[in-house]
Amino acid sequence: MEMILQQNKIMNNKLFVDRQIEKQIAHRNKKNKAFKGIIIAGTIISTLPLLLILFYIFKQGITAINWDFFTNLPKPVGETGGGVANALVGSILILLVSCVLAIPVGIVIGIYLSEVAKSRLAYYCRLAVDVLQGIPSIVIGIIIYEWIVRPMGGFSAFSGSVALALMMLPSIVKSTEETLKLLPESLKEASLALGVPYYKTILKIIVPTGLGGIMTGVILSIARVIGETAPLLFTAFGNPFMSTNIFKPISSLPLIIFNYATSPYNDWHQLAWGASMLLILMILILNIITKIVQRKWKVQF
Amino acid sequence: MTAIPYQAKRINLKEKVFKKTLTLSAIIVVIILLAIFFTLLINSMPSIKALGTKFFYDKTWDPVADEYGALPFLVGTLLTSFLALVISTPFSIAVAIFLGEYYQKGIVAEIFKNVIDLLAGIPSVIYGFWGLFVLVPIVRMIEMKLNLPPYGVGIFTSSIILAIMILPFSVSLSRQVISMVPAHLKEAAYSLGATRFEVITKIIIPYTKSGLFAGLLLALGRALGETMAVTMLIGNTHQIPTGIFSPGNTMASVIANEFSEATGKIYTSALIEMGLFLFVVATIINILGKQVIKRFTLS
Repeated sequence: MEMILQQNKIMNNKLFVDRQIEKQIAHRNKKNKAFKGIIIAGTIISTLPLLLILFYIFKQGITAINWDFFTNLPKPVGETGGGVANALVGSILILLVSCVLAIPVGIVIGIYLSEVAKSRLAYYCRLAVDVLQGIPSIVIGIIIYEWIVRPMGGFSAFSGSVALALMMLPSIVKSTEETLKLLPESLKEASLALGVPYYKTILKIIVPTGLGGIMTGVILSIARVIGETAPLLFTAFGNPFMSTNIFKPISSLPLIIFNYATSPYNDWHQLAWGASMLLILMILILNIITKIVQRKWKVQF
Repeated sequence: MTAIPYQAKRINLKEKVFKKTLTLSAIIVVIILLAIFFTLLINSMPSIKALGTKFFYDKTWDPVADEYGALPFLVGTLLTSFLALVISTPFSIAVAIFLGEYYQKGIVAEIFKNVIDLLAGIPSVIYGFWGLFVLVPIVRMIEMKLNLPPYGVGIFTSSIILAIMILPFSVSLSRQVISMVPAHLKEAAYSLGATRFEVITKIIIPYTKSGLFAGLLLALGRALGETMAVTMLIGNTHQIPTGIFSPGNTMASVIANEFSEATGKIYTSALIEMGLFLFVVATIINILGKQVIKRFTLS
């Protein structure tokens, strides 16, 4: 009798413990699910700003964009039909010059870093590139003002280009280095074994093989600086008229967005929305091009 | 027969020139960086000499009276940056866990990755423009509800925009770090019956602590030097901000607003000194962050 009672007690106890464990597991599972919910919610909330910004800019910008927008100069307040032709030309000109300055230098440095991976100079060079990438854009503006604008006696498109080139340089260097490092050593060895000089091996074998990756880096760096405003404030400065002289002040899309956005006039806001939409479209297209380049010219080994 | 040595000589010469060019270009970058530092230092010398450390604790910035105290801007810069970091951190960690653990591959991951990348691609000036027309009215409404002066612009508004802008930077790093956690650690925990939540909080986050910290550090570096959006949204007043809703100014925004109009040696030099400060702080944060990551990836 007593034994049965005791057994019953143990059974009861066991049941109790089982139930307790079950409860605990249910609780843990609930926590697990709730956490996943929070993570997903947080992620979705984080993407909302982008959608809101894109939606708002396209909604406002689409009404501003027409033929006049591309061909006319900005008009004084009160007159309709103004455009951003000068800023568009200015932006393209500044970017072209900065590409000419930054791309060769960036690729050469990238080659150096991938070839001479472990020297002391390479270490400092890499460090310098990293630091250069982190410099606030407004500081680049000050520097170029002191280096070029002041000695040349005035604001100029050229100084703006140098500022942007300085900002493009780090990402071109990095993408070149990363791409070339991925290439197998055997490629180089094969070429050298055939008696091809070192410089020809690099320029005719290594660089063309990694061209896809290098191009991607270059295009991404263009997309990154196309909307930079701060370094242009004291360099390219802005210009209400059409100018193609790189030694004179010039307008650019980000500059007119800044100037018109902070003005109190509705017409000018309209132009700024149009310019914003144009700028974002350019950035989107550049991003899509990099995706295509990446897929087409994938470095495979 | 004589042509061969000649050719070989030429090739040798080209080889040398090529190698020299490579080395030279690497030296040039280092020189550029040093030149940047010394340009800032030399040009801020007049202000450093005239103002000394008073520059950092003097509260009045009045170019007309020749008084240059950068304290209001220092406070503004730190306040906006840290507030932005506080706002964006929960979201950046969430996105990093989402992309680094829950959805590492597949269409969902691709979509969100691209969206976050695009967020980094939108120019600062457009963030500012959008903020002026969308965020400022909302903040103004909140301020009216709270019985505060309805400026709309100010520290709080700039911090929100900054939080959105720095999110991609901390995400891209944290995501990589999280996806680098060794599978055997996670599997060991799963085999002991841990739920995914427990794996994340007890394995992944402790393991990636230093990497996540580096991500936040780099995001902070971005926030400190961010110029255009903040310039458009902070209100540009020269007083020390009294609360998170009051308008203010950051170092970068003061430079953006006043540099091209600055007259007088000390005025310009004081602005450049702020640039020097931003440069030094950004550089230290950058190097520190990179070191932390390097150590993390090596271990």
